[in-house]
Amino acid sequence: MSALLKTVNLERTFGAVTAATDINIELHPGEIVGVIGSNGAGKTTFINMVTGYIQPSAGDILVNGKSIVGKSPREVSLAGVGRSFQVAQLFQELTVLDNMLIAYGFSVERKLSFLRPLRSPANIDRARAALEEYEIGQYADDVVSTLPQGVRKLLDIAMAMLPGPGLMLLDEPTSGVAIEDKFILMDTVMAAVRKSGAATLYVEHDMEVILRYADRVLAFYDGRVLADGPTHKVLSDAKVQELVVGHHLDLGSLECARTQESDHHA
Amino acid sequence: MSQRSLALFVILGLATLAGGLLLPQWMSYLFTIAMGKGLVVLGLILLMRAGLVSFGQGLYYCIGAYMAGVLTQFAGVTDVLLILLASVVASVAIAAIIGLLLCRYREIFFAMFSMAFSMILYGLLVRNQFLGSTDGFNVANPSLLGWSPGPEGASALVLSVAVVLVFALGILAWRYLNSLSGYSGEAVRENEIRLEYLGGSVFRVIYVKYVIAAALAATGGTVTALVSGHVDPEMAYWTTSGEFVFIALMGGTAHVAAPIVAAVLFEALRTYAFAVAPYTWQMILGFALLAIILFMPSGLWSLVERFQNKKSRQTP
Repeated sequence: MSALLKTVNLERTFGAVTAATDINIELHPGEIVGVIGSNGAGKTTFINMVTGYIQPSAGDILVNGKSIVGKSPREVSLAGVGRSFQVAQLFQELTVLDNMLIAYGFSVERKLSFLRPLRSPANIDRARAALEEYEIGQYADDVVSTLPQGVRKLLDIAMAMLPGPGLMLLDEPTSGVAIEDKFILMDTVMAAVRKSGAATLYVEHDMEVILRYADRVLAFYDGRVLADGPTHKVLSDAKVQELVVGHHLDLGSLECARTQESDHHA
Repeated sequence: MSQRSLALFVILGLATLAGGLLLPQWMSYLFTIAMGKGLVVLGLILLMRAGLVSFGQGLYYCIGAYMAGVLTQFAGVTDVLLILLASVVASVAIAAIIGLLLCRYREIFFAMFSMAFSMILYGLLVRNQFLGSTDGFNVANPSLLGWSPGPEGASALVLSVAVVLVFALGILAWRYLNSLSGYSGEAVRENEIRLEYLGGSVFRVIYVKYVIAAALAATGGTVTALVSGHVDPEMAYWTTSGEFVFIALMGGTAHVAAPIVAAVLFEALRTYAFAVAPYTWQMILGFALLAIILFMPSGLWSLVERFQNKKSRQTP
């Protein structure tokens, strides 16, 4: 199977500081990959490069075999790459429904219409259906700035997923979300991601969240990919535990907690 | 817009037109000037909803006015529709070029750059003896489709055209603001990054608004020139652009009717202030603006919204 995303000797420097270097990864359609690493390890720099937010200093990024280096966020988005942010990027003073309608307008209509009403009954129905899929339909008429972080995160992801990107990058989807809501949020997001068939990379600090949803893990350390492989294998790696996780991981007890958590939610 | 709303709008337009024609001449004149300025501010609020304040709408206002002057005096074209068309084409052509630069800037830089271009035009006109330098020149009476109403009927003709334009362009602006392009202004104001990641072009959104605002400003300038019968470089001076921002703040950006209502109130206030304090009338305007910013930061239209909200809360 040909790679959906391929990075070749990717590097990014900020003056004398090397934020990311020698990054060579491949991602295939439908894969769900967790990205782990301590603060400053290069995770967000990597995501920012792949989504055109910053440009690499060297190397290449190929999406479906075509280079996206030098392209703007808009062009990268149109190439089929979606992203959410560590701090949800939304239209804060508009309602949830209006956020979704704008996302719908740009993502699906793809044309900047001038006289066709955006708030048509058909558009509203579609936007509400998308909100329901992410279980935030009850907030449709609320102004975004008044909502809790978890709802904002879901809306951020829902808007990014609307165009049906082949590749989705989620930057710390559970940061700022209450512990008890983390798995509820991730269950919702991952259900939507799996349904869409998008290859997904998600940055995460919580190893339980990594263990539960990732098929594969990329471990970043000091701007490099320290380990890349199946979740259990990478998380069991002594070097990853020492340099990335920072402590010994008892995968067995995490699995057990995970199962109990699943039963609880069920 | 529903059939009922459209019918109401047409009735309101006809009532406004009849009211305007029945007013004493001096009031009818001020009312027409207000309509012209209201059109300029209608364009300005499109930009303000996208978070951009232009202190240079005087540029296009002046272009529209001078097009009317040049066509009637030097080209013998007096048909109001042809003049309006030429004004809009000229302003759109210039806005299409200036916009390529201006739409890359935000906040104070956008405001100052827009002002700089209007001051360049002011400087050019002041230096131009052919166009009357600082004195400007007179504009001939307009006609409509071959009908020349003469000096007495010219004001009524311009008033009628102005009212029709205000209502027609108001409906179009209202529809525009409810379209994706219209909503995109608020999206740009709130979060440009998210808009880009949705596949929207922030530049295109702002550029379109800038060009539309220029066309509306030129239309307003043409109306003003035709009713006043005179044009001068002051129309491009920064204080004229400041006046448009004043009216926009006064009315608010919540509705397309707000700038029109605010323009009428502004002209009334200025006339009253000038009558009671001929040497310090600006002070009265200053206090009025201060009061609006302090007590109604969303403009006078927020009163209408408050009333509507109260009414909807009372409805079971």
